[in-house]
Amino acid sequence: MAGAEAGSGRHRYTGRLDLARGAVDMSHGSGGRAMAQLIDELFRAHLDNALLAQGDDQARFQPPPGRLAISTDGHVISPLFFPGGDIGSLAVHGTINDVAMCGARPLYLAAGFILEEGLPLADLARIVESMARACNASGVPVVTGDTKVVERGKGDGCFITTTGLGVIPDGIEISGSRAVPGDAILLSGTIGDHGVAIMSKRENLGFETEIASDTAALHDLVAAMLDAVPDIHCLRDPTRGGLATTLNELAQQSGAGMQIQEAVIPVRAEVSAACELLGLDPVYVANEGKLVAICPGEHAQRLLAAMRAHPQGHDAAIIGQVVADPHRFVQMETSFGGSRIVDWLAGEQLPRIC
Amino acid sequence: MKGSSAMKYIDEFRDGKLARGLARAIAAEADPARSYRLMEFCGGHTHAIFRYGVQDLMPENLKFVHGPGCPVCVLPMARIDQAIAMAVEHGVTLCTYGDLMRVPASERRSLLKAKAEGADIRMIYSTQDALAIARADSGRQVVLFAIGFETTTPPTAVALKVARAEGLANFSVFCNHVLTPPALATILASAGPESDAKPTPGQVELDGILGPSHVSTIIGSRPYEFVPEQFGKPVVIAGFEPLDVMQSALMLVRQINQGRCTVENQYTRAVTRDGNAKARALMAEVFAPRETFEWRGLGFLPGSALRLADTYADFDAELRFPVAPGEGREIKGCECPSVLRGVMEPTDCKLFGTVCTPDNPMGACMVSSEGACAAYWSYGRFRQSGRPAAAGVSA
Repeated sequence: MAGAEAGSGRHRYTGRLDLARGAVDMSHGSGGRAMAQLIDELFRAHLDNALLAQGDDQARFQPPPGRLAISTDGHVISPLFFPGGDIGSLAVHGTINDVAMCGARPLYLAAGFILEEGLPLADLARIVESMARACNASGVPVVTGDTKVVERGKGDGCFITTTGLGVIPDGIEISGSRAVPGDAILLSGTIGDHGVAIMSKRENLGFETEIASDTAALHDLVAAMLDAVPDIHCLRDPTRGGLATTLNELAQQSGAGMQIQEAVIPVRAEVSAACELLGLDPVYVANEGKLVAICPGEHAQRLLAAMRAHPQGHDAAIIGQVVADPHRFVQMETSFGGSRIVDWLAGEQLPRIC
Repeated sequence: MKGSSAMKYIDEFRDGKLARGLARAIAAEADPARSYRLMEFCGGHTHAIFRYGVQDLMPENLKFVHGPGCPVCVLPMARIDQAIAMAVEHGVTLCTYGDLMRVPASERRSLLKAKAEGADIRMIYSTQDALAIARADSGRQVVLFAIGFETTTPPTAVALKVARAEGLANFSVFCNHVLTPPALATILASAGPESDAKPTPGQVELDGILGPSHVSTIIGSRPYEFVPEQFGKPVVIAGFEPLDVMQSALMLVRQINQGRCTVENQYTRAVTRDGNAKARALMAEVFAPRETFEWRGLGFLPGSALRLADTYADFDAELRFPVAPGEGREIKGCECPSVLRGVMEPTDCKLFGTVCTPDNPMGACMVSSEGACAAYWSYGRFRQSGRPAAAGVSA
């Protein structure tokens, strides 16, 4: 999208991009006319906004007062399209969420595309349209970007890296290091939906499920939560590695333990069933539209009410509390009545054999 | 977990109220003047005990001893080396179940590392996946790395029959299927007869066995009848759900207290005395017993594993892709062999939690989630380090 040539209009191309049958080729990344046309007719056409329309190698703007927050995230998901979303919407939501998890109001996104030679232009168009819808819905535009093409076999169709910039409201101090014993641990909804939706579409898994990914931008929920309880200590979205990994990260960073109750963790029956079949544990399965919040125990009920009043926090629950623990363990009281450690995931979560 | 609806036929066996009732019954039944050392044979049992915290619900004097029933854990290193050699030296596409990927091979290698170095190793979920890969490209030699006890053997047999019927010349099986009863006999032989007052070092004290569940759906409960007859230990065939494990523990405690010694079947919803006749016939048709086979931890056990029957020799990857046999030397200091026999607890091993963790496994017991070391590490570590001071204190 950046590049001086791209800004000079779309009438100098001999024909329009063949979005029905065309495919990405090396010329789309060469810096020449083919690249300019791809940017004009696809990226600029869908992601249109005033800053992007400046047409320069960078977007220029006056930042609002306050501390800025910046975050970047590479998206390499396979398959590119899955129930409930695609790599485009995920690349928007994922980075908005990373910015929002310090309480910041996300302002702008930058997007870098690495396209593999041979990617159908129709697929790329679907991805960019989906990004545009996600940007419009969340009110956070892509204001600058970059496109590169790699040879066939050197990419997986499409990789997208997005960087997000946001501004933190005064008086908000959220960090993974702020959990203290006595704090309550809240979860915004059901876990495992995204991971199971992806697994259901991987080619070698023969099960079908109605589960859709929960991919969503959470900054609006975060704003509602901060309105109710400004003194939230920690926020984090439990993506790769799931709830278990996020709680371990927070425990490690804060130097405290976590005590959670399995019986109150919301899990869809279909997700439980899929995990059961595959030998997976839902606490380790990825989410893309959920958050964990930690706040002083006395504010927990108020925060819970605010979360439940928001459409994205309808199934929110208080799942446990922060405890003093020099080992920084995450422990779970099982529904069965016993207790166990919920450890860091080792390697990938692999299905069990029998 | 809180679900919108229950998982039928599963949640019933994980009910916390029933668990508390069973816990009271076991506590009432257990004689405080003695101890109960019960070996759960299968990794599936071990996993359930740790994942659901079953040990917490047991009286102090009842202890679970973890058995060798984890097919990944008992597979000797030399067989992993052999599989890697097939993929690297012969350039075959090796299809394997996920748990095997990280098992340490010789010289710090593993299937996962071999894959990263360029070997064509695919993770599959069923034997049918391997057949599909073979069908999709007839120019590619596809080898199924078949492992497991009697439970996973019939599906391998079916795959071989399908391959023959379809004339899939590029498909073969690297057979590592092992048999449960010889392993149990070996452990009990090292445990010594019940009348022995004091076991010698290296022996494991056992009062009863929780017998395999999924394996027994195939072979039935009859093959375990030698245990009470020859070794004087009671057996209860136990399901893999946590309530199954608890009920089986209660049944064993009762047998022990009443001085009875027999094979009982807790897992009646799936296991009969004679098992699944069709599956057994399939196994007999496609496989033949090996003279001997090495088990990690137990050594070479006669008649303890299967190879492809002579009539299926043309599908035998060991014949099609010969590899020079390696020694498969275990990591120095790794106590997996003793852990697998129930002689040592994982925490008795010097490597446990120091150099050997699930992220950097030295022995197979730390790899599979069914392995005793991995289960201890993931679910039960705090029992060794003491419960955190304020755990359970409400905010």
